[in-house]
Amino acid sequence: MSQLNNDGRSSVSFILNGNPVTGYAEPRMLLTDFLREEMGLTEIHVGCEHGVCGACTIRMDGLPARACLTFAIQAEGHRIDTVQSLAQPSGVLSDLQLAFRKHHALQCGYCTPGILMSSSAFLEINHDPSEEEVRDMLSGHLCRCTGYVGMVRAILEVARNRISA
Amino acid sequence: MKHEVHVGKHVGRPMERVEDAQLLAGQALFCGDMPERDGTLQAAILRSPHAHAEILSIDTSEALLQPGVEAILTGKEIKEDSDPFLIVLRQPMDQWSLATDRVRFVGEAVAVVVAKDRYLAEDALDYIKVVYKPLPIALHPLEAAKDGAPLVHPAVGSNVVSTRHFSYGEPDKAFAEADRVVELTIDYPRNSQTPLEGYVVLADYRREEQVYDVQSNFQGPFTVHPVMSKALRVKGPQLRMRSPAFSGGGFGVKQAMFPYVVLMCIASRRVGRPVKWVEDRLEHLTAAIAAPNRIIRGQAAVMNDGKVIGFRFEQLDDYGAYLRPPMPGPLYRQHGIMTGGYDVKHMTITNRLVMTNKTPSGMVRGFGGPQIYYAIERLMQTVAVELGMDHLDLIRKNLIPAGSFPYRAAAGALIDSGDYQMALEIATRDGKLDELKGRREKARAEGRLYGIGYAVVVEPAQSNMGYLSTINTVEERHKAGPKGGNVAYCTVNVDALGGVSLTADSLPQGQGHATVLSQIVADELGIEPHDIVCNMERDTQRDPWSIATGNYSSRFSSATAPAARLAARKIRAKMAKIAAHFLKVSPDKIDFSEGKIFAIEDPQKTLRFSRVAGTAHWSPGELPPDMEPGMCEIGVWSAPELEPPNDADQINTSLTYGFVFDYCGVEIDRDTGEVNIDRYVTMHDSGKLLNPLLADGQVYGGFAWGVGAALREEFVYGEDGSFLSGTFADYLCPTACEVPEPLILHMESPSPFTPLGAKGIAEGNVMSTPVCIANAVADATGIRDLRLPLTPAKVAALIQGQEPARPKGNQATPPMELSDRGIRGQGTAFVAAAPELVWQTLVDPDQLARVIPGCHKMELVGPGSYRAEMSLGVGIVRGRFEARVSLTDLNPPKSAVISGSLEGPLGSSSGSGNVRLVAVEGGTRISYDYGFDISGKVAAVGGRMLDGAARVLMSQFFQRLGSLTEGPGKISAAPPSWWQRLLKLLGIAR
Ligand code: FES
Ligand code: FES
Repeated sequence: MSQLNNDGRSSVSFILNGNPVTGYAEPRMLLTDFLREEMGLTEIHVGCEHGVCGACTIRMDGLPARACLTFAIQAEGHRIDTVQSLAQPSGVLSDLQLAFRKHHALQCGYCTPGILMSSSAFLEINHDPSEEEVRDMLSGHLCRCTGYVGMVRAILEVARNRISA
Repeated sequence: MKHEVHVGKHVGRPMERVEDAQLLAGQALFCGDMPERDGTLQAAILRSPHAHAEILSIDTSEALLQPGVEAILTGKEIKEDSDPFLIVLRQPMDQWSLATDRVRFVGEAVAVVVAKDRYLAEDALDYIKVVYKPLPIALHPLEAAKDGAPLVHPAVGSNVVSTRHFSYGEPDKAFAEADRVVELTIDYPRNSQTPLEGYVVLADYRREEQVYDVQSNFQGPFTVHPVMSKALRVKGPQLRMRSPAFSGGGFGVKQAMFPYVVLMCIASRRVGRPVKWVEDRLEHLTAAIAAPNRIIRGQAAVMNDGKVIGFRFEQLDDYGAYLRPPMPGPLYRQHGIMTGGYDVKHMTITNRLVMTNKTPSGMVRGFGGPQIYYAIERLMQTVAVELGMDHLDLIRKNLIPAGSFPYRAAAGALIDSGDYQMALEIATRDGKLDELKGRREKARAEGRLYGIGYAVVVEPAQSNMGYLSTINTVEERHKAGPKGGNVAYCTVNVDALGGVSLTADSLPQGQGHATVLSQIVADELGIEPHDIVCNMERDTQRDPWSIATGNYSSRFSSATAPAARLAARKIRAKMAKIAAHFLKVSPDKIDFSEGKIFAIEDPQKTLRFSRVAGTAHWSPGELPPDMEPGMCEIGVWSAPELEPPNDADQINTSLTYGFVFDYCGVEIDRDTGEVNIDRYVTMHDSGKLLNPLLADGQVYGGFAWGVGAALREEFVYGEDGSFLSGTFADYLCPTACEVPEPLILHMESPSPFTPLGAKGIAEGNVMSTPVCIANAVADATGIRDLRLPLTPAKVAALIQGQEPARPKGNQATPPMELSDRGIRGQGTAFVAAAPELVWQTLVDPDQLARVIPGCHKMELVGPGSYRAEMSLGVGIVRGRFEARVSLTDLNPPKSAVISGSLEGPLGSSSGSGNVRLVAVEGGTRISYDYGFDISGKVAAVGGRMLDGAARVLMSQFFQRLGSLTEGPGKISAAPPSWWQRLLKLLGIAR
């Protein structure tokens, strides 16, 4: 159990992209702000702060979650993964990231880290999704630039390639 | 024609983007991610809850005492430190970066708190006390334009701040000779493409240099730079504007952040530290900007064979509360091309510009085009219906003929190239229009509602910087001097080892400019695109820029791209000359390929690219005579065709004009009114495509927004001017489930006016798609007056008729006059205490304070009248309010009328209700009804939640009342229901 220290902040410890981390957060601090400001992870993008756009999506114990609807202290003891967890440590991008590039699934790229988190989790559960299922999954995200076409193609292609690999 | 088709190794190919690796890895730095100097403070803005009110007083004393607060600025400080913004019209409509004596729209910035962090800054907002005196409002453009309407800017004397009338050809004659005149009025709604990343400003006043150093995600145009520097009372170079390479979408919207730039500059100067402000979603939707809503009355003079010989357009464009430069751009941006894709020689245009108590209008992708094409293309569809002609045949009959390009349109556009007939042929063939017609026939035979819509759009790109001067009369223009052109810059640098880098003035917002620029430069220099480093940041103190600099009017392909080629060609010419000098051949016998520079006739004579570059750096003495040392060149480009408006008010508003032809089939669900897009075909002629992969990306993206605008997106205002679309749960952007994949087709008629033959492609579908879908809905339903967005509820009402009114019950009507947005409710509760006891609780301030949810304090301020402080929340907003409550018509212990108001930074509310107490077995039955109006932030975010929240508050109220009078657990907030009462009445239950 975390302790409240004298400046009203409590310690938070969790596994971030595979590494144990500890920081301090006021009880009201959002996980988005904590990851950006205390942990320096600028890939956490904030598009609405009310749970609709999906830009802030991370994976919490493997499941996609909205960091903007999570308090930092709720991360205590959990595993949190951001888009950094997708590429290999050497920086080589994952098949999903490469497919996004190939199919021009991003323009400004502000929505992209969140969409990659949902998509990567989705593909672990649904190995052979239909286009409708992919679109249904993506409907938890807003992208104002792309019209979603490239993302749908990229995700379907990755699923196909993984099956045949 | 001077056209030259550019065939390169890289240009024209669907190359993957050089930007993507950073973005996909989450490592691209957006403006909010840029490093901050130690001690940077964070700002939060207090905004007006009223659409129109006088500011009587602002008390910041308590707020200043809150933890972490360093400073608070109000209109007073802003007036001391800055001048009002310049505006396009000579009208007394001053505006500063904070409201001074009045607020004119919900969300207008009233004060800014600067504090150690954003949480603390927002906390302090609650303690600023502003006393407003609400004023009558002007909301609907038609009402606002009438004499006697409440004035948004009283000093102007009218809400209509500009009227201009234009006439081209012989419109009166055309209308007199026409077989018939077809008329249609459209009312285009307010919307915006709302980038996913909001505004970010980090301002740092460097006192010793007297320089405001600003990092922001401003996207240009830099016509606004002098507006900001003048407001700040400094010379241009003292306002350093820097933009990072990445921005989370722009769509024009990030032009309108300039008042915040000035605001944060002043804040930084006052506190002596850098100040950062990050706009949140509610602020963005409420107060950033909207595309102007517009009413257009269109008339077509038509011959019986379908030939349209004249148009008349009367436009009333709504700019909201302030005219911010470059407004009223949307009203004039398309001026030269108001005849669309049609060969119509006679036309009148009347433009009126109206101010209302809504968020100021601004730049949004399409920039006036969606409004105009909604009018033109709905009008053409209506003409077809009235003539009993096939819509597509009517279009064909009127298109600008092939072979007539460059074509001078009636109002001055010089359409560079095209073959519209060929585009229609390809589109109908490859998109299988016949098959689609078959689907319509089949659907209709089965009794389903199915329609096909068409739309023709001429897509302008690269605005003429002089277009807005068309708003001035010929005499005024003569006095002010001519304005035209559009200057673009690109710099290419080659280092001593042959490394190539470039910078450009396009401020990309996600389109992939770096990729295309690297393709262009790679082709010229015989190297690979991935070997070129593109730095897309821009810094007004360091980089070349012009007032045209920025990302707008699809100017990249026809402005910045040519500048890049010019710069690369200069480098190439220089390197060729050096190589020729060494290889002893003539420079025109030199070629570049695969990192080598060689003699064409003797490829053995070869120099490494890096070797030649090194010479210019290391040994300028060895260069050919008369050559400047160094290897850095700037390409500057402005097309001569962008002439100022002429004395006949003709203006070539853009440099290039692409062509878009769309058609679609839609089916409407008869029960729900939902419009389903069965198939969508979009044909584009955008000249030479520089990168087809990215070009298609622009089409998909524009189309998606077009679908949103057609079916879902609108900024909605309540009758009192409250803003009701403050979250993404209220302002509905389409998701992957609502945007189908369109079929994209291309043809290429290269532009003779741009060096690469390219035109713009990013804005076509935001103009064509909304009206194409509406035309399909019109075809399916036969309904003529269609106002976007065509939401299921709206379409259901159109096809099924309005729902019958609810049967009249015996419910008491709330005693107050309420607007449509009023929240009404009624209910009953049972309390296990006698009416007298309940009554006593209700009239005792101390007791009442304990019963009202969220009440901290309550005091009696007069007979039957209380003042209370309370905290309330709806959805994501939560805040402090001051309440004034009075009890009247007291009839103890039976009934009373409670009325009052709430006032707080989050909004205000007023209303009233009746309470009746009836003694029943075991206690008191309380029945109540209430009605109240809401405005401000709560209305903006809570629309869909307000009814529920009110019910929750009511039940909390009665629960507390029950526990206070009788102890916990004895009450039922939903006491004897009607059926229980019925059973009881019938003696079946007790
Ligand atoms: S920022 Fe979290 S869902 Fe939008
Ligand atoms: S790529 Fe810009 S929001 Fe998705």
